[in-house]
Amino acid sequence: MRIDRNSIAVVLVGVVLLALGPVLPSWAVSLLNVALCYGTVVLGMMLLMRTGIVSFGHGLYYCLGAYAAGLLDHFGKMPDMLLMVGAGAVTAGLVAAVLGLLLAKYRDIFFAMLSLAFSMILYGLLVKTASLGSTDGFNVAAKTVGGIVIAEDSVRIVVYSLAVVFATLSAFLLHQYLASHQGRLAGAIKDNELRVEYMGASVKAAVHRNYVISAVLAGIGGALMAVNIGHIDPEMTYWPQSGEFVFVAILSGTGSVFAPLGGALVFEAIRSFAYEYSPNTWQMVLGITMLLVMIFLPGGLWSLFTRKRGA
Amino acid sequence: MAAILDAKGLNKSFGAVTAAKDINVAVEQDSVVGLIGSNGAGKTTFINMVTGYLKPTSGAIHFDGRDITSLSPRQITQLGICRSFQIPQLFNTMTVHENLLVGVGIVAAAGKRWSSDNHTYADPSKAVDAMLDEFNLGAYRDRTAGLLPEGTRKLLDIAMAMVVRPRILLLDEPTSGVSADEKFVLMDMVMAAVKQHKVTVLFVEHDMDVVERYTHRVLAFYEGRIIADGEPTDVLNDVEVRRYVIGGHIAPAGAASHA
Repeated sequence: MRIDRNSIAVVLVGVVLLALGPVLPSWAVSLLNVALCYGTVVLGMMLLMRTGIVSFGHGLYYCLGAYAAGLLDHFGKMPDMLLMVGAGAVTAGLVAAVLGLLLAKYRDIFFAMLSLAFSMILYGLLVKTASLGSTDGFNVAAKTVGGIVIAEDSVRIVVYSLAVVFATLSAFLLHQYLASHQGRLAGAIKDNELRVEYMGASVKAAVHRNYVISAVLAGIGGALMAVNIGHIDPEMTYWPQSGEFVFVAILSGTGSVFAPLGGALVFEAIRSFAYEYSPNTWQMVLGITMLLVMIFLPGGLWSLFTRKRGA
Repeated sequence: MAAILDAKGLNKSFGAVTAAKDINVAVEQDSVVGLIGSNGAGKTTFINMVTGYLKPTSGAIHFDGRDITSLSPRQITQLGICRSFQIPQLFNTMTVHENLLVGVGIVAAAGKRWSSDNHTYADPSKAVDAMLDEFNLGAYRDRTAGLLPEGTRKLLDIAMAMVVRPRILLLDEPTSGVSADEKFVLMDMVMAAVKQHKVTVLFVEHDMDVVERYTHRVLAFYEGRIIADGEPTDVLNDVEVRRYVIGGHIAPAGAASHA
């Protein structure tokens, strides 16, 4: 493990967010909570984009993570937050390990559309499954953390703290992975797959590995969101949800593990305020934001920092 | 000496076009072999077949006694056959250091799994620095590969092939696009590296001065066949080679050095 400046910064940001939890107003906690859940999913999107592929179907793993968490409560009667997040990560990872065997062969629009197709298959299954609430979904209520019962008045802050811990851990581990020999292959594959093969590494295995990692992160994000919102439904795997993750990933940039988390926060803030002040045209505000970012910051919001450093 | 690479009866057709016709080559260890021929003669097709990019229509290729005909480029690389490309295949958005680090990382992550002869790197960062020195790329360490001059791109391409510590190195036109001043500097550097690491080399080249100066043996290709095979002076003075490959107006090989 390589502890560099960025690793320390990730941990420090996590500690600061944890410390701020009890003093932040509830709207800010809610905003951060959603941003951290989204940010965790987008960390995985960032890894895929660094590998040169874009998934338009990561709602699949986000939804699987949420449903795995929900089912643990609904049928398993184990409403423990840690178990729920763990179940979300494992379920998403296992499904991705199977689907990834096929997807790793494809690139560009074929990868994007095939991943979208899988997410829509899950959507179709869920809306037809009455025992899972069909289109309405069902409620999720986490009651313990590691076996410790959570007092009703502290659920909000506990859920927030859990989101901070998992988002920080995800960002920290992803940063370590990207700095490793295996992680460095992502950029190499994006640049030149032929050369990677001619240096003795398997492009397919590396793409598959990165796909599974990104799915695990989406599963964690989905499980955290299920615990946070307290309700899950098939919309979590519907195509606009996957598109939203791509939106945030492009908005954020792929330069650092801070980018997805920061980008998700900016996205949530714009969406919340746009919805508050312009409820009928909030999508237009988001669209204009994306347009401006693509024109003036093609490398995403993160390029604001790298530009400054390079200047 | 036993052949490290043995190609027998290689044929390759693309529809009605025959790119390789009954190629039989046995390459001895530690030798430097030049592959000459006009465009479309079958030199690169031969390299592509040896490195697994193309599968021969018929025939077999053995490396160190093992049949590698049906193996993928990755598996062949792992056995110790590496190549450079006519158009350098680099990681263009990465720096020179990062380009080499990717390769060193692949080898380091594989450890000794690839083959018992494979080298591994205990300290990847030091290994990259050593390679930068060896190929005189230190000045370009932090330059983006996509923005390098062509000669440096060629050199980096070859250095990346050497990262895997191959037993056979195939170079596809290593001096094409390199200025006349730089080509001998580049080849001297490459040959010093391959000699140090005891690598068998096959290289495709159009510059007969380079071929004559660096090879022990020359294979002349014409229309997918090998029309001459032997010592450089003999092959370069061969009547058929002069007619079909070099062109009659060029002074006989060795003439300049004997004058």
